[in-house]
Amino acid sequence: MIVRKRILELLENDSKLTDYQISTMLGMKKEEVKKEIGEMEEEGIILRYSTLVNWEKAGVEKVSALIDVKVVPQRDVGFDEIAERIYRFPEVRSVILMSGGYDLSVEVMGKSIKEVARFISQKLATIEHVQSTMTHFVLKRYKQHGVILNDKEKDRRQVICP
Amino acid sequence: MSLKTNRDHRVSPIVESLPPSGIRKFFELVANTKGVISLGIGEPDFVTPWHIREACLYSLEQGYTMYTSNSGLPELRSEITKFLVRSYELDYDYDKEIIVTIGASEAVDAALRAIITPGDEVIIPEPSYVSYMPCAVLAGAEPIIVDTFARDDFRLKPEHIERKITPKTKAIILCYPNNPTGAVMGREDLEEIAALAVENDLIVISDEIYSELTYNGRHVSMASIPGMKERTILVNGFSKAWAMTGWRIGFAAGPEDIIGAMVKIHQYTILCAPVMAQMAALEALKNGGDEVEKMVLQYDQRRRFVVNRLTEIGLDCFEPRGAFYAFPSVKITGMNSGEFAEELLREEKVAVVPGDAFGRAGEGFIRISYAASMKNLTKAMDKIEAFVGRRVKTVSNLCQV
Ligand SMILES: Cc1ncc(COP(=O)(O)O)c(C=O)c1O
Repeated sequence: MIVRKRILELLENDSKLTDYQISTMLGMKKEEVKKEIGEMEEEGIILRYSTLVNWEKAGVEKVSALIDVKVVPQRDVGFDEIAERIYRFPEVRSVILMSGGYDLSVEVMGKSIKEVARFISQKLATIEHVQSTMTHFVLKRYKQHGVILNDKEKDRRQVICP
Repeated sequence: MSLKTNRDHRVSPIVESLPPSGIRKFFELVANTKGVISLGIGEPDFVTPWHIREACLYSLEQGYTMYTSNSGLPELRSEITKFLVRSYELDYDYDKEIIVTIGASEAVDAALRAIITPGDEVIIPEPSYVSYMPCAVLAGAEPIIVDTFARDDFRLKPEHIERKITPKTKAIILCYPNNPTGAVMGREDLEEIAALAVENDLIVISDEIYSELTYNGRHVSMASIPGMKERTILVNGFSKAWAMTGWRIGFAAGPEDIIGAMVKIHQYTILCAPVMAQMAALEALKNGGDEVEKMVLQYDQRRRFVVNRLTEIGLDCFEPRGAFYAFPSVKITGMNSGEFAEELLREEKVAVVPGDAFGRAGEGFIRISYAASMKNLTKAMDKIEAFVGRRVKTVSNLCQV
């Protein structure tokens, strides 16, 4: 299991690492790494290899909102069924069940404020058992998935030293 | 003494006799080349963990801007003793047996000055970090160089030094895990050297600055070998494991008389280590363990990658078990260290340090620092592969002619 954890940690940080690199870094055989990764893809542990993009820097306008959703849990299925009705929408980037003052935290992304607002009022708020929504528009992202978006830290070392 | 004093010399002949720091010409060449991938850097590529930097900011807000006691903040000395207990079961009195210094560098200097009577001999195994020999000379000692070898994984063997010990021998300087080779000495290796030190009543200055950066197996401190605590000056610091090179903070632990002498020198020449760096070091020792562990894991992964690649490329490399250096031989290319480093820089823009910068025993080797990102290590290894490929072809062609 520790091997899987180590492979996942490496890939989560850099999905472009090759089987060869991973195998040498962990002191394994290349075939073993290939096999483990293949199995984890099969098992749905590795879901996809994606890229973390700073869209603002790329000059692409994206509007996101975080919405606190209060719901009435349903007998037998609890929150899961309502969550599913929400996460099936492609506009929804993430759905998280929360402890505290509300139930689901939903991130919605769209091309404009209008588009996002329309989705919330017409689609999200009207779902049965959704009691209330509180929408917070994202103004600026500083850090995402553990990565600082505009990091001023760089290699300041002398080019060579004993 | 002659009346004709040394006014002819504006600069002391002793200082003039010292080699210019490292291989300055090569360093300048690197500095003047654009777009270099440097594997020649002897310091972590990590920035100091944020919680340590934040602790320093907080201390500044609190107004910690004064001198501290000469030997360092008592809280820091106390934390250092706890670190030595938990790491090596070594028990020191924080009041009399610990001094906080301006990096391990000052600790080595003060240790030598504290014990040397002019004319004493100090044994220095090479390849060696560049400052021991000059510090010994400045303290008035006669440096006695002994070579260590790749066939022994660059460990110091008693037979290397036995013949060099004379009635004038005062001390041995050890550095394991080693810069530049990455060699470590296990308990049994240390015991053999310790036996000689006890038998000949020698002091050991043990620079253990890379103690936390070991892979497969924990570091063993020379001071923890029976009979050695009373004759070991243990030098360590925060530069490497906690990625704090620029803070200039380190320490020494040792017998009361010697640490007392070091404090005397330090009080007149330095006064005290900077308080903000001391506050940061305090935080590092109290809460820095997890961050060190994460960095060690990364160094270890890069180490395996680099050693693997070097072996594939055909550069013979023993497995370094500590620090963040690999020290492969470049003999198959038919070049010496300096030529290899210069031509690699010129042709592939990859900087490594020629092994002879660390003494003649380093000739024929290069030092590769893996304190660099995987991306840069991968690129640099590909470039070294191309370079070596060309050279080895040329060598075999020449042989056929
Ligand atoms: C073996 C060794 N000792 C001491 C030092 C200097 O350490 P500090 O920054 O604590 O003065 C270095 C730095 O490269 C080193 O490699």
